[in-house]
Amino acid sequence: MTEFASGTLTGKNLHLSFGHNHVLRGIDLHVEKGTTASVIGPSGSGKSTLLRVMNRLIEPDQGDILLDGRSVLKDNPDELRQRIGMVFQQFNLFPHKTVVENVSLALRKLRKLPADQARAEALEQLDLVGLKHKADARPANLSGGQQQRVAIARALAMKPEVMFFDEATSALDPELVKGVLALMTDLAKGGMTMVVVTHEMGFSRNVSDIVTFMDAGVVVESGPPEQLFTAPRTDRLKGFLSDVL
Amino acid sequence: MDLLDQLADTFFNWEEMVKVIPALLMVGLPNTLILAVASGVLGSLLGLLLAMMGISRNAGARWVARIYTDIFRGLPAILVILVIGIGLSPIAREITGSRNPYPLGILALTLIAAAYIGEIFRSGIQSVEKGQLEASRALGFSYGSSMRLVVVPQGIRRVLPALVNQFISLLKDSSLVFMLGLAASDREIFRIGNDAMANTGNLSPLVAAGVLYLILTVPLTHFVNFIDHRLRTGKPEKKEPDELAAPIGKGAQA
Repeated sequence: MTEFASGTLTGKNLHLSFGHNHVLRGIDLHVEKGTTASVIGPSGSGKSTLLRVMNRLIEPDQGDILLDGRSVLKDNPDELRQRIGMVFQQFNLFPHKTVVENVSLALRKLRKLPADQARAEALEQLDLVGLKHKADARPANLSGGQQQRVAIARALAMKPEVMFFDEATSALDPELVKGVLALMTDLAKGGMTMVVVTHEMGFSRNVSDIVTFMDAGVVVESGPPEQLFTAPRTDRLKGFLSDVL
Repeated sequence: MDLLDQLADTFFNWEEMVKVIPALLMVGLPNTLILAVASGVLGSLLGLLLAMMGISRNAGARWVARIYTDIFRGLPAILVILVIGIGLSPIAREITGSRNPYPLGILALTLIAAAYIGEIFRSGIQSVEKGQLEASRALGFSYGSSMRLVVVPQGIRRVLPALVNQFISLLKDSSLVFMLGLAASDREIFRIGNDAMANTGNLSPLVAAGVLYLILTVPLTHFVNFIDHRLRTGKPEKKEPDELAAPIGKGAQA
């Protein structure tokens, strides 16, 4: 894998409410440059919302977000999101564009690359995820696993400093999960800074450098995977692990 | 038998039909197309604006779009055409220096079409999954660029059949412009058929005009069905099974 322009990402005391629903209640998350943080926890614990707050798809009510030690809350959120790639549970490829157009769109329109150069770079990214031969297909004609790998290529094309994965394998058929996890593992080992919200406990345990367990909008436990998975300190994490493992 | 002959002569008098065909094709057809295409294009632009206002986060914009749509969808086309065509004619004469009712006819048809097309676009845009906007914003596109590049193109594609239907109805409603009084060279299909009928006392020219309308609208109707089917099923293409982790390297063995 190529070198990544990785950055260090920090969320400090993040709060978010939807009306009376207090979804995030003071979350701290620190992801050191080149490392992978996984976020686990039961459904509705605020994991996916945390990702959306940290790239400001949703603005936090309170708290701070730092990229390489500098607060980004006053930046243009569109520019911040160009620095943070995101991969979704439902892939969210653009169905009206071909595979290579999905990857090159932001290169052309945001990086302002000429069409041929954008296509060349997009093909390079597709090659990295093993789908160069599908460049001119429509997303609808790809399997779920292939679609998700294209979505990863689309995010990587912008040379992000951090990658977010929001339950990237949850919508995949079991036999397709492995290919996507393998690609994510390659990225992590290649030095990409990643925040991975996941139900894949194997990935969380084997690949991430730090695991954060969230429940009901708070971080219940956080630490190296060996510690959380073999010696959970809280009853809530013990209960969660016994439910999912 | 006499009665049948009389009916045949009233509706299908071949001579009267042939006489009116040149005027129908050379004058009526281009004029009808000018009215329908101009108001179709302008109505689509205004309709898109109304749709964007209708889904805007700004309550004032939504309110304006709502009221506009209620008014122009709720009025008979002929009333709008008369009110605008007659009411604004002094202003139009001032600006264009001519008595040609086309600008106002096109304006009236545009205002009506925009109300319907706006609702068509709005429903199409709102049917696009929320994740599309989210994915585009996550790449770093602004709300406006995301709508323009990702959401609106998909929304419009989904409502193409409804849009063509709207154009068909515009093609037919363009006949109502005759109410504004047309010079000989400005007459559209219906008016030419109608005049010939009045002159000859025979309905056949009007029947010929009707046939010309059908020649325009029936293929469009079938075109709608075709794109509707295509949008539902897509181009036939084979799905391949995922090659799993084969080409992606070391991680696969991890």
